[in-house]
Amino acid sequence: MALLNISSPHTSRPGDTGGVMRQVLYALLPGIVLLTWFFGPGHLIQIGIAAITALACEALVMVLRKRPVLFYLKDYSALLTAVLLALALPPLCPWWVTVIASAFAIIFAKHLYGGMGYNPFNPAMVGFALVLISFPVAMTTSWTGPAELLNAKLTFSQSLHFIFSARDGIDAVTMATPLDVYKHQAAMQTSDEIFKQPIFGSTIAIGWEWISLAYALGGIYLLWRRIFTWHIPLSVLTALSICSVIFGWDADTHVPLSLHLFTGATMLGAFFIATDPVTASTTPLGKIIYGAGIGILIYVIRTYGAYPDAIAFAVLLMNFAAAFIDQYTQPRTYGHNKAKRGLPKGGK
Amino acid sequence: MSQPFFELHDFKGGIHPAENKHQSTELPVARAPMPSRLVLPLNQHIGAPARVLVQEGDKVLKGQLIASAEGFVSAALHAPTSGTISRIAEHALPHSSGMSGMCIEITPDGSDTWCEHQGLADYRDHAPADLLALIKNAGIAGLGGAGFPSHVKLASSHNKPIDTLILNGAECEPYITADDMLMRERAAEVIEGALILLHILNPERCLIGIEDNKPEAIVALKHALQASTKDAHKIQVIGIPTKYPSGGEKQLIQILTGKEVPSGGIPADIGVVCQNVGTAAAIHNAISKGEPLISRIVTLTGKACAQPRNYEVLIGTPVNELMQHGGIDAGLMQRLIMGGPMMGFTLTDLSVPVVKTTNCLLAPTKKELPVAPAAQACIRCGMCTEACPAQLLPQQLYWFSRAEEFDKAEAHNLFDCIECGACAYVCPSNIPLVQYYRYAKGEIRIEKADKVKSERAKQRFEARTARLDREQAEKDARRAARAEAAAKAQAEKAAAAPQPDGAAPANTASAASPAPVADLEALQKKLDAAKLGVEKSKEKLAAAIAEGSDKAELLQGAVDKAMERMKALATEIAQAKKAAKAAPAAENAAEKSDPNSPERIKNKLELAQSRLQTAQERLSAAKAESSDLIPALQTAVEKQQAKVDELQQALQASLAGDTAAPAAPENPPATGDAFAQQTEQLQQKVLAAQSRVDKAQERLSMAIEQGSDVLDALRMGLDKQQQKLSEAQAALAQHLAAEKA
Repeated sequence: MALLNISSPHTSRPGDTGGVMRQVLYALLPGIVLLTWFFGPGHLIQIGIAAITALACEALVMVLRKRPVLFYLKDYSALLTAVLLALALPPLCPWWVTVIASAFAIIFAKHLYGGMGYNPFNPAMVGFALVLISFPVAMTTSWTGPAELLNAKLTFSQSLHFIFSARDGIDAVTMATPLDVYKHQAAMQTSDEIFKQPIFGSTIAIGWEWISLAYALGGIYLLWRRIFTWHIPLSVLTALSICSVIFGWDADTHVPLSLHLFTGATMLGAFFIATDPVTASTTPLGKIIYGAGIGILIYVIRTYGAYPDAIAFAVLLMNFAAAFIDQYTQPRTYGHNKAKRGLPKGGK
Repeated sequence: MSQPFFELHDFKGGIHPAENKHQSTELPVARAPMPSRLVLPLNQHIGAPARVLVQEGDKVLKGQLIASAEGFVSAALHAPTSGTISRIAEHALPHSSGMSGMCIEITPDGSDTWCEHQGLADYRDHAPADLLALIKNAGIAGLGGAGFPSHVKLASSHNKPIDTLILNGAECEPYITADDMLMRERAAEVIEGALILLHILNPERCLIGIEDNKPEAIVALKHALQASTKDAHKIQVIGIPTKYPSGGEKQLIQILTGKEVPSGGIPADIGVVCQNVGTAAAIHNAISKGEPLISRIVTLTGKACAQPRNYEVLIGTPVNELMQHGGIDAGLMQRLIMGGPMMGFTLTDLSVPVVKTTNCLLAPTKKELPVAPAAQACIRCGMCTEACPAQLLPQQLYWFSRAEEFDKAEAHNLFDCIECGACAYVCPSNIPLVQYYRYAKGEIRIEKADKVKSERAKQRFEARTARLDREQAEKDARRAARAEAAAKAQAEKAAAAPQPDGAAPANTASAASPAPVADLEALQKKLDAAKLGVEKSKEKLAAAIAEGSDKAELLQGAVDKAMERMKALATEIAQAKKAAKAAPAAENAAEKSDPNSPERIKNKLELAQSRLQTAQERLSAAKAESSDLIPALQTAVEKQQAKVDELQQALQASLAGDTAAPAAPENPPATGDAFAQQTEQLQQKVLAAQSRVDKAQERLSMAIEQGSDVLDALRMGLDKQQQKLSEAQAALAQHLAAEKA
């Protein structure tokens, strides 16, 4: 018998950080399945490329940092970053774009800041923003159209071909995203005319509506599992909705609320990217402010910016503010009349 | 009797760990066998250790007082059985630090004979103060875990209006069932205890809060309440939702009243007093039966325990004997925890005794409560924030503690942390958060203690500096006054001197006009002294200005005064010189006032030597006091030394000149003239000695006033000076007598 001297508590809830990450990965599965169903196997290939690159980079950095490689690979954080990044990228973007984005995300955005838990910016979004700015053509011309609008179904080998070698003939299978289409045509056409285009299908936008719902479903699963709290997703969606209703009520000139919420990466962003705990605000009130900031920025960038979608920039901009928000949104501690704000003066 | 609807409040956060309580509730409470020895720590409670009343070898009876409460916040100690005091010595204590402390050891005699004891027939006939005294004498300290002396808790709430008495039967820690079994089996005692507490505190109501995972206990208490013949309408038994840590005093108060105990305050601040149900039962036993607190119920549980159950254990029973009886397999258990898995502490020495606050011995197997895996990086998931019952930001506290940014940790209300362990329990990265907080709290406490210490040292230092400055200023003022007085006295003496000087050598040939000569010389001396004074004052002034001392102004005044005096003296000298010239013995006088004459030089030399001596004495005195004037004094000494050397040389040269030119143009000095000179020299010596004695006396008196440690040296110096003075006086008298003869 060993008389161990261990301080309390002597028990803990089973599970580890890897378990949390795995739950998030499971929650992404419905979205991935529907993405593949509607837009072909491009995303699956991108996930593969990103995962291999991210895990290799993670292992490399761990070797360089003289840390136990397996212990850190087992936390699934690199894999989660890779999957989120791959889901954000267009399905047919060239393989090297994915490799650069993943490597940059892991090596620069994560490990150069100290690794797991220490990175101030969402690694997946840093990688995404890098390639979005650096390779705009590849990033905007690689979105596949919904399968039902294509003449021939996009096969796996075809996708591999487009991603890894020749890109001639890719125009036959790619299309602008609904957000892009609406934004550029709103100036010339009425809402009704725009919605008559086949890409919008009968309800909101072919495929996107279902994929968004799948992401939302996954997010609700995570809420139920208490992986994160309701604060951030709800405030992102609420802020975006309020902005859209107040400033973009006229669907003839503005992207309507339905498109804001159910196309693009809104649901993925609200439930899986903005909720990245490492880079988000951590206090209950802070999370609401942080999420609302993202929601507002999404609307502002989508409406007035050059990019049709805006999750990455909105999240990264709010990452800057997260630590600051935390200092001013401390909860009121038990037995105190009011919450403290900020840090003591003269602190280090 | 139907309970009225009771509105419960929730507390934020909390967790639901596996309860593991059923294992130890299957069997009723059993009486643990008499151990071979009982070890009774003097400090089983919060506060001062009890004062030992017995000696080794004394025979004691069960329930006999063996150590009394020392001071107000303390608890008495009683012999749990009859036997012999075998040892009063240091013994390992059940404490998370593994420390040891003074303990009384009793070897039981086996007869378990009670001392004479008697309870009150009806507590209602007695004043609350008398009941408090009985509780104090029964050695009752909170049985819930903290061990705060109960009488203190009850008395300190006396000056505040109490509206609610809460009995804590929540027992939220997993595994522990001591309170549960107590409430099931001794519900009447708990209710009686509650009634006594009601009588003492006279609140509006008494709420007994029990987690709803103990339905048997709730039913038992409700039955006991109905069966009570006394006026029990104020008491309500309330089931509360099972959630850890609902049994924390602050959380239970929040659940039952919706009120929060102010940070840094006590429940009485919001009109609440909270007592453990076990404490209530112990109070009943003390008041109604006269039995002090000598035993308690302890849960033995864990998978390494063959038959988990509760035991009535004598306080002081060594843990290893209890383990043996309870069937805890030391080989199976991976560690032994005193208390529960959330807030208990591990034991490293199994000879420690069961104390008043011991509610559970948990012997888990390795599989049952595995040691936490290696901590992973914090991913800021915020699960700890969700779990914290005190609404803290555990994660921020962790980062601050880790970075040793204790001021920030404190600003994030670190000290409101109750160390319940909920944050560490939910942490997916398995970070030992509570340990970080304990570390930070400890460091901050040390830092604060150091701060208080250094603040005191600073105050001491400042007070000393102020005192030294004040004394120095007083000294300077006295010195200035003394110099003035001396100058005055000298002037008077000088004025008086011509009388005897002129009268005595009146018949000598050369003493044609000694008065103006003496006058002139005295004046010259005064001028020299004044010059020196000015110089010194200037030096001091410069030093004072350099130090930024507030004495500067004072010194400036002294310098101005000295300058004025110097000017006055200079005019006087000029007048005296004129008068001397006009005198018949002008030639003689002129010779006398010739600055190059050997006598003058000799005089000057003597003066310089005396000054040198004074300066040296002052320097040594300053060194002894380690005054900050040392450098200034040193330069003064050096200057005087240089002057003495110079004068000595001048004297030699002058004397050599005298011998080289014996055929001086003047008349060779007559014998009478020589005699007069000698007289004068002796007189001057006497004067100089007198002034030195005066100075030495003053210095001595000043030293006595200041309580200086150089008194002896100064006294000796004074004696020496007095001797010299008497010698000089004798020499003068002899001389004068010889002349007369």
